[in-house]
Amino acid sequence: MSDAIQVKQLRKEFKSASSRSGLKGAFRDLLTRNYKIVPAVNDINFTVKKGEMVAYIGENGAGKSTTIKMLTGILEPTAGEIAVNGMNPHREREKFTQTIGVVFGQRSQLWWDIAVQESFRLLKKVYKVTDEQYDNHMEHVIKTLDIGPLLDKPVRKLSLGQRMRCELAAALIHNPPLLFLDEPTIGLDVLVKLKIREFLKEINEKYNTTILLTTHDLGDIEALCERVIMLDEGRIIYDGELQGLKDNWAEEKQIHFQFIEAVSLQQLQSLPFPFTANWVYDEKSQTYIALLKEEGDHISQLVSAVVSHFKIKDIKIHETSIEEIVRNIYEEGTV
Amino acid sequence: MGKYLAMIRMRFLMMLAYRTDYYTGILIYSINIGAYYFLWNAIYGEKSSIEGLSSMQMTTYVAVAWMARAFYFNNIDREIATEIKDGKVAIEMIRPYNYLGMKTMQGLGEGIFRFFFFSIPGMLLVALIFPIELPKEPATWSIFGVSLLFSFIINTQINLLTGITTFFLYNNAGLIRAKRVIIDLFSGLLLPISFYPMWAQEVMKYLPFQGISYVPSMIFTNGYSSGEIGMALLQQFIWVVILIIPIQLLWIVAKKQLIIQGG
Repeated sequence: MSDAIQVKQLRKEFKSASSRSGLKGAFRDLLTRNYKIVPAVNDINFTVKKGEMVAYIGENGAGKSTTIKMLTGILEPTAGEIAVNGMNPHREREKFTQTIGVVFGQRSQLWWDIAVQESFRLLKKVYKVTDEQYDNHMEHVIKTLDIGPLLDKPVRKLSLGQRMRCELAAALIHNPPLLFLDEPTIGLDVLVKLKIREFLKEINEKYNTTILLTTHDLGDIEALCERVIMLDEGRIIYDGELQGLKDNWAEEKQIHFQFIEAVSLQQLQSLPFPFTANWVYDEKSQTYIALLKEEGDHISQLVSAVVSHFKIKDIKIHETSIEEIVRNIYEEGTV
Repeated sequence: MGKYLAMIRMRFLMMLAYRTDYYTGILIYSINIGAYYFLWNAIYGEKSSIEGLSSMQMTTYVAVAWMARAFYFNNIDREIATEIKDGKVAIEMIRPYNYLGMKTMQGLGEGIFRFFFFSIPGMLLVALIFPIELPKEPATWSIFGVSLLFSFIINTQINLLTGITTFFLYNNAGLIRAKRVIIDLFSGLLLPISFYPMWAQEVMKYLPFQGISYVPSMIFTNGYSSGEIGMALLQQFIWVVILIIPIQLLWIVAKKQLIIQGG
């Protein structure tokens, strides 16, 4: 029972109808349709320990949300085993959902036309939270998320940031040991993001809450998660520490040059080096970027060659950011 | 149980939040009752009774049928359809309750709200304006109450069935509209079942629809003999039980079929 989530050979297939082309095709579609079976999640395995904060990332359509929906009992897997909090989410749904909290960044779980506190009150009843538990726990949550003044406003009058904080509080009413966050910071400004991150860290420390979060904001991951699970086309392509991802991919350095006189990309590419250096031109900042592996004196060789050939205005050396690493991985599809 | 009561309370709050709907509802129902009153008046003309119903009974029938409709009518089929279409059903599935049970409770909350703030004042108002005959015996009132509850359950079950088909069809607006017309027509709301041709009455005996409007309205207007009342209530009850089966079967399949639309 020390694992919050156990997933074995999990698979979800969707049947998708493909339309035939043209008017004739449309008529044929009326009678029979062509179906294609598409695996959205393709035999994945992983476990998450209690108290861990794990980022579950991948491109749009990689299968993140589908996995979350299977883990939360919404969807039934096509094949494979899931044990979350020691239960089968889909089969024991009503008992199981008592032990989890979920936030979908793109959907509200509050009642749109009614004051926030009424939603809280209903959820309190739904999760059978006693007044005492509620006061102990929620007072603190409401204070930390700073939503006290929002409670008597109808949800439709709240800004996105205000609503998101309320959503988070709503997911925590029953103080669940496991929290699923599906893009919780989508569309939020920096301050709200920071507040939410801080809050998540705090409840993780205080209650040892396990958190699984999907996000496209790599700042979230850097701030919260030590472990990253990366998904591509329904398969796990990386499962490990965030640092490991950096070490594997960040060996590449970027050197940015700005020149006083006009220089063409060909001129730069024709500079002779005993190693490979890729040149890229960034039009927006009018900067030429050299990408090369950090080995021996390659950097100094490159810099001295460039400096001796062209007059430079500015030079910067960049370490690859997480964002770039992830972008590279997405583009290539493997780690 | 607490959560179901909380849901009824929530629906009350929602009804109060949509005040305009409430007022327009009153207007629409008054117009309907008025229109049918004058229509039936014209049809009756000099005749004292048609198909066993006196013109006074007919007026009462129209008034009570519409006021009962305020109680049993709800849009949960359309709500289920919208929740499925925009993916909100995902939120419902992560809560520790039975989705269909909660939907029924929401319908009940809506029904109770309208019963007290719409049907009762509406009925008093109608009784002042039109010559209607309210039942004198308390027993009739309580039997009417039981029958009305059954009619709510049957109507809600049919709505649930229609709603669940969205899981398979994704867009069932047409089906929902068709269902609404069928219920208004075959339930006896627009025309008492005894006014239909014999063969149609035979067919309708085997359908659940007359349990929705015809039975409670006939009880209220004293249109049934005591033996018929018993039969009618039994028939309603049987339909309540029978309709549970397709709902549960469809629901089991629907949960497996569920696709959350929009990511």
